[in-house]
Amino acid sequence: MIYFDNVSKLYNDGRSAALQEITFQVAPKEFVSIVGHSGAGKTTLLKMIIAEDRPSHGQVFFESLDIHKIPRTKLPHYRRKIGTVFQDFKLLTNKTAYENIAFAMEANGRTDEEIHENVPQALALVDLDDKAWNFPHELSGGEKQRVAIARAIVNQPDIIVADEPTGNLDPIATYEVVQILRKINDLGTTVIMTTHNKGVIDELGRRVITMDEGRIVRDDESGKYVL
Amino acid sequence: MLTGIRRIVRAGFVGFWRNAYVSLASIFVITVALFVIGSTMFIDQLLTTSLRTLQEKVDINVYFVPSASQDEIDSIRSAVTALPDVANVTYTSREEALEKYRQRNQNDEIAMQALAELDDNPLGANLAVSAKETSQYENIARFLEEKRELASQKSPIIDEINYARNKESIDTLTKIIGAVEQASLVTMLVLIVAAIMITFNTIRLAIYTAREEISIMRLVGASNMFIRGPFMLQGIMYGVVSGVLSLLIFYPIMVWLGPLTESFFEFNLFTYFVTNFSYIFGVLIGIGVVLGLISSILAVARYLRV
Repeated sequence: MIYFDNVSKLYNDGRSAALQEITFQVAPKEFVSIVGHSGAGKTTLLKMIIAEDRPSHGQVFFESLDIHKIPRTKLPHYRRKIGTVFQDFKLLTNKTAYENIAFAMEANGRTDEEIHENVPQALALVDLDDKAWNFPHELSGGEKQRVAIARAIVNQPDIIVADEPTGNLDPIATYEVVQILRKINDLGTTVIMTTHNKGVIDELGRRVITMDEGRIVRDDESGKYVL
Repeated sequence: MLTGIRRIVRAGFVGFWRNAYVSLASIFVITVALFVIGSTMFIDQLLTTSLRTLQEKVDINVYFVPSASQDEIDSIRSAVTALPDVANVTYTSREEALEKYRQRNQNDEIAMQALAELDDNPLGANLAVSAKETSQYENIARFLEEKRELASQKSPIIDEINYARNKESIDTLTKIIGAVEQASLVTMLVLIVAAIMITFNTIRLAIYTAREEISIMRLVGASNMFIRGPFMLQGIMYGVVSGVLSLLIFYPIMVWLGPLTESFFEFNLFTYFVTNFSYIFGVLIGIGVVLGLISSILAVARYLRV
């Protein structure tokens, strides 16, 4: 589903590299965790998938589509196939939880009927029915992240890309978020997640890719957090 | 498509209200810009009109000798009137000239006595010639001089043409008119450019506060038009509100300035404001909308790249 072919990302000085000769693939319905120290290249790798950053060498494919050959005007259409979740939530602060989720559907050109039907469903999935009309500043970190996840899944994307989704959360909120991601994965959506959290990895017991200095150093089918 | 437009419009209005402080700042700056542009418009109008009144007061006077025959006078009069540069020719007959002289000197005993001593009317008829443009007086004067020389070979008809005497003041006036028009054009351009740059900068700052929002919109797959639309609408709204505001500010100023300009420039600014209201309304709101719209488009474009 996602295929990295010998991807390198060099910085402007041409010597230091964020990614070096990365090759791996993600199959549909997989749940892949990417671990590694800060600066190991995890976030750069995810940015390649959502076309926020382009590789210096190599290619990244989504199914048979070369992501970095998509013309800029078509990028929004591509991004609608991907749900994104970030450490800092990236919610629109002047919109309520409901409006944040509805906005992703509006941007997708969905009808009002679909929005009225799907937004409450997504909120129910992340167990936030009662906070629909709260603004982000009225929500806790865990609640904000659950809104962000609801927004990511509401368009039924093929894949969820989560960059340290639990990085700002306490252990209980972390547990809840991971359970939700696992539930989404069980419903058939591919999930790629980066994390620092050993507990999360050990709990999941799914595929783990370990990165160090821009290279993949381990790739375990049912991994543990080893660094 | 229709749903998309409806959503963009709604987002534009919501953005306008929820970012009230930013909207207020933008409106304030555009209002000031429009006020500057409007003021230059009015000043330019005032100058042009008062210069025109001044120009109308300038003329060439042709004094005929008292013995000139009516036929000769009429032929010169019609020849001058036929010139393309001539705007107006006023004929004063000998009798009228005498009447005017009497009125002007009615308190001057000696002049009246001197006039009474004479058997005949000592004054000749005269023509007052005004041109369409001050620069054309030179040609008209040359034409009249030729007529005078031609006639003087037989018997003189024209006594005096006062162009030479007026020439200096006419030249000065022509120069002043040129200089004032150029200066007002330059000032207008500088002010308008400054106003546009300040407006653009303010809106850019306003949208800078929304850059995070724009990046989020891109991440959830919003198309560029869907992101840009609400900001464009807000830019248009800033323009319309500012246009109305600047007109509201101009109104009392015009009421106050009207009588003042009336007495000084012989041009009532308030009357001009009222009779040309739809034109002024259109220009100010039009410029405001264009300013707001272009500023928004340029400012958002910055964050749509990547």
